[in-house]
Amino acid sequence: MSENLSYSAKSEVANLIKRRTRLERLKIALSKAPMSAWFGMIVLFIYFFAAIFAPLIAPHGEAEIFPVAYAPWGDGHIFGTDQIGRDIFSRIIYAARNTIGICLLATFIALGIGTVFGIIAALDRGYLDQLLSRIVDTLMAIPVMIFTFILLSVFGPTNFNLILILGILESTRFFRISRSVAVGQVVLEYVEVARLRGENLSYIIFKEILPNIASPLIIEFGLRFIFIIFTISSLSFLGIGIQPPSADWASMVRENAILIQYAQYDITAGLTPLIPAAAIALLCVSINFVVDWYLYITSGLKDDVK
Amino acid sequence: MRLTLGLVTVFAFSVIIFSTFSFLPGDFATEILGQSATKSAVKALRAELGLDKPPVTRYFDWLGNVFQGDFGSSFSGRSKVQGDQGDRSREVVGLIIPRLKNTLFLTGVAAMLAIPLSLILGISAALYRNSYYDRSATGVSLVTVSSPEFFTAYIFILLLATLFPVFPTISTVDETTTLVERFYRTALPVFTLTLITMGHMMRMTRSAIINILSSEYIEMAKLSGASRYEVVVKHALPNAWAPISQVIAINLAYMLIGSVVVEYVFNYQGIGRLMVGSVYNRDLPVVQACALIFASTYVILNLIADLIGIISNPRLLYPK
Repeated sequence: MSENLSYSAKSEVANLIKRRTRLERLKIALSKAPMSAWFGMIVLFIYFFAAIFAPLIAPHGEAEIFPVAYAPWGDGHIFGTDQIGRDIFSRIIYAARNTIGICLLATFIALGIGTVFGIIAALDRGYLDQLLSRIVDTLMAIPVMIFTFILLSVFGPTNFNLILILGILESTRFFRISRSVAVGQVVLEYVEVARLRGENLSYIIFKEILPNIASPLIIEFGLRFIFIIFTISSLSFLGIGIQPPSADWASMVRENAILIQYAQYDITAGLTPLIPAAAIALLCVSINFVVDWYLYITSGLKDDVK
Repeated sequence: MRLTLGLVTVFAFSVIIFSTFSFLPGDFATEILGQSATKSAVKALRAELGLDKPPVTRYFDWLGNVFQGDFGSSFSGRSKVQGDQGDRSREVVGLIIPRLKNTLFLTGVAAMLAIPLSLILGISAALYRNSYYDRSATGVSLVTVSSPEFFTAYIFILLLATLFPVFPTISTVDETTTLVERFYRTALPVFTLTLITMGHMMRMTRSAIINILSSEYIEMAKLSGASRYEVVVKHALPNAWAPISQVIAINLAYMLIGSVVVEYVFNYQGIGRLMVGSVYNRDLPVVQACALIFASTYVILNLIADLIGIISNPRLLYPK
């Protein structure tokens, strides 16, 4: 009896809505994730694991040369050796590190430049905005691949140049997105309050606006990452992308392409050049799956009749 | 308005192309003649190539010539390799025109295959949404969209050229090749280009139609007893032409870029192959010309997409 006498709002409401921690929300979201998203996440995890621990996983060195060139599958070399006798399986693992690393770096540069300028343009809405937007329009009207061709043939195809050029060229997409989303945010009260408080520009950009426009940027990040992998792979395949002796999937395809001719006699020989190409495709499919899922969670699509 | 914007873009790009080359660390004259060349020889060659003039003058000279269809002459092939036999380098135009024809042939055939196929697949996928057919079609298209061009190309080579030798792996064509022979030899690159653009076009056609299917007048048409086919083809499709034509134009532009890799794989003598080779050799006039052709085609295709969008929706002609 006595415990009922003291009034408690908590007991009256019965089910108090508890604010969930991030981890809890993540767990709930994960438990609802569709198969495709799980598939994507697991594959991505494997890729990143391989990329980070490449030297520990790979049975042989990245540039270690064995006496037999074009060795068949098995017999000490899981996928055989390439044209100068390097272990293909090891190189595929090292390539994960090089390809993903370089592409990720380029995407981060693009994200950084594009977002900062995008938000500045949105805050400005004046001449600066006009100028930046017109520049970006012009850059976007030109195919990235062709532009990269020219810039690489001018500055020389080093990995550093590759990252920088793609980072800058791809930042236009982030600029567009962040500007168009931020335009809706800068007129809201919280930005005005921050300005009245006398916060400086970088505080307003990174602490106030950025968290509120993060989700479209994350989606764009995923899609751009795929696009950059494609561009860099195409360039490497043509011989002007990631430079040897760094292993990367696309140049491995080119180096071993001749093996396809022997597919009639030994099917594994025909498959060898396709493995690194498939690695790229699988990575891109997985990112697509995860991005789709993220899009599904963050947009209001949940209630939509699918 | 849009036309001027397009022109400005191409103009800006031509300036960019030109200026980047002027800032080259290496000098073509020294590069051609080698390190041991005397100063006066270098100077003479520089004067011959017009490299001694200020960049702005050179730019307008170049632009004027480009408008007259003269891209100058190629840097490679000068003296060193072929010896001095009369005219040492080749006219860029003469180098480009036959290659351009080849590339246009390749992309044209691929487009004629890809556009109707992807429209049919996209519309039917939208028609039977969420059926097994729709799911498998979108699933397969996701895989083709996510595969790099060379992956698709090599799978075709593996299946149709080595395991079952139906088509040749290398698509060499010249002026003497007959049309039928041409189709046969370019079959694999055409298939590859078709497949890499089809996935995109199909998915976008599907989503354009599905997007329209959720509007109110479609609901009305459904309620008035129109069949599923009628709703999609008679009511939804006319309004979907604008987004679909834009998708097609964008994908044609994408196909053009994709042809660079595909031509490389099949060693097809197109303009993309030429450009890659010239990038290796740092052959300035050829790369400039190729880049300008690619960029202007790309801009024009996007412009056409915009125009179709405006024409198909007359309301856009009169801005509020």
